[in-house]
Amino acid sequence: MSTVTASAPTTASPSFRAARPTSALDDVRTVFLRELRPLIHEPFALIFGMVQPLFFLALFAPLLIATNGLGDAASLQWFVPGLLVMSTLFATSMTGSNLLQEMQTGAHERMLVTPVRRWSLIVGRALKESVPVLGQAVLLIAVSLPFGLDLNVGGVVLGLLILSLLGIGIGALSYTLALLVKDQDWVFWMVQQTLLFPLLLLSGMLLPTDDGPGWLRALAAINPLTYVVDAERALFNGDLTTAALWGALAAVGTAIVGLTVGVRTIGRSAG
Amino acid sequence: MITTEGLTRTFRSGDRTVEAVRGIDLSVGEGELLAFLGPNGAGKSTTLRMLTTLLRPTAGRAIVAGHDVSRDPDGVRRRIGYVGQGDGASHSQRVRDELIAQGRCYGLTATESEQRADELLDALELTELASRKASTLSGGQRRRVDVALGIVHRPALLFLDEPSTGLDPQSRANLWSHILRLRRETGMTIFLTTHYLEEADTMAERVVVMDEGRIIADGTAPELKRDLAARSGIETPTLDDVFLDLTGRSLRDRFIAPSEPVAA
Repeated sequence: MSTVTASAPTTASPSFRAARPTSALDDVRTVFLRELRPLIHEPFALIFGMVQPLFFLALFAPLLIATNGLGDAASLQWFVPGLLVMSTLFATSMTGSNLLQEMQTGAHERMLVTPVRRWSLIVGRALKESVPVLGQAVLLIAVSLPFGLDLNVGGVVLGLLILSLLGIGIGALSYTLALLVKDQDWVFWMVQQTLLFPLLLLSGMLLPTDDGPGWLRALAAINPLTYVVDAERALFNGDLTTAALWGALAAVGTAIVGLTVGVRTIGRSAG
Repeated sequence: MITTEGLTRTFRSGDRTVEAVRGIDLSVGEGELLAFLGPNGAGKSTTLRMLTTLLRPTAGRAIVAGHDVSRDPDGVRRRIGYVGQGDGASHSQRVRDELIAQGRCYGLTATESEQRADELLDALELTELASRKASTLSGGQRRRVDVALGIVHRPALLFLDEPSTGLDPQSRANLWSHILRLRRETGMTIFLTTHYLEEADTMAERVVVMDEGRIIADGTAPELKRDLAARSGIETPTLDDVFLDLTGRSLRDRFIAPSEPVAA
């Protein structure tokens, strides 16, 4: 260090600036776009997140077709909407680990010292989750089309909207988990193993729960994913029924709960 | 630029309450480069976290860049730059993207952010790394990116929290040559914490030493050394000698304040 020594500042007219005030929308947009950048640079990352749903499509769907006697098209019409919910759940439930990494390395702390509203750090991130959810859903639908999936455009668009809301809600909950567990990465693995798989099975995504024992049907009835899966199936068939409405309400409820809990948590977690 | 009065922070750890910062009074003038020193657990990180609005004081007050950290943390955030101990750039982000996003956080327009990012990339010898992911950079390169992130908005006051820790001597010298040049060009005030006492000795105009939550010495490095020489008889004491004389030689890692608030 001997070659570097300090000297007093010489600038006569320093050009210091206070940051300009930003609107809440500006903050959310800044965080949203920042989070989106890595995906824009590496869109193939979407594919990696789809590996598990693709395996189910390739290896489970044929079994379903062979056992239920409904034929290829009808089986896919029943199975693919549930698969999209599964894809949404996997794409967004672990996204909090990205925030956890930023908390551990220091990037999150740096963001906390900027003037962006703290709640926008959660809302912007959670809103970004809708992008990979939609990207993966479109790809899965595209892969399923050649095998006989019937595309009811209006229903599919509404179905994708519901999936986006679900993704935003689960993403926000995942970020909240990161804020709460701080340096305990293993919690994400534990949540996936002990919470997500049971929720998926209880949603009737793989097999209908209608003929299951009473206790299982009771659990399915209190699982918000059940209503989203039912809604997706109804909408993909072009049925704008009460099932679609209940699914939309379940997704909106998940988004509201996730964002509310996330915003409160980040407000409490930093000074 | 910074004034504190009775600034205090306590933490609850299990059943016991620990006073990490015990009512410190501190004043830092405009354009000063102040080195804030202390052994592990002395309370300097907690102080810095309060001054940068990352932690609420339990008692007392702090005015930073003209704004109260408790009453107007947003006013403080809009006027300070911060280079923390960790990596400021997300490992999944590219360098230029992160700089542009930082500019947007401080209210720069998209065009201004891009121009400022390019200006800083050039000033900190990062242009060739602009499209690299932060995870692929060396330690020295990451710290230069962190400094760039800290001054995107041309703050009047820059907090540097152990900026050169873990760097090899070449990277440290390079980092400091950039920081000092930027300071000469802008006249910004720098609040520095470091464990490298030779940095404090050669860079800082003023040295403040903290221990057990209190400020125990405040002066220029030559003043502190002269004082020790007069008291101890050591002919040419170093700042290390001063530091050890003031804070003792026992290890100080009994209580490290958590990075997040536990209790007010």
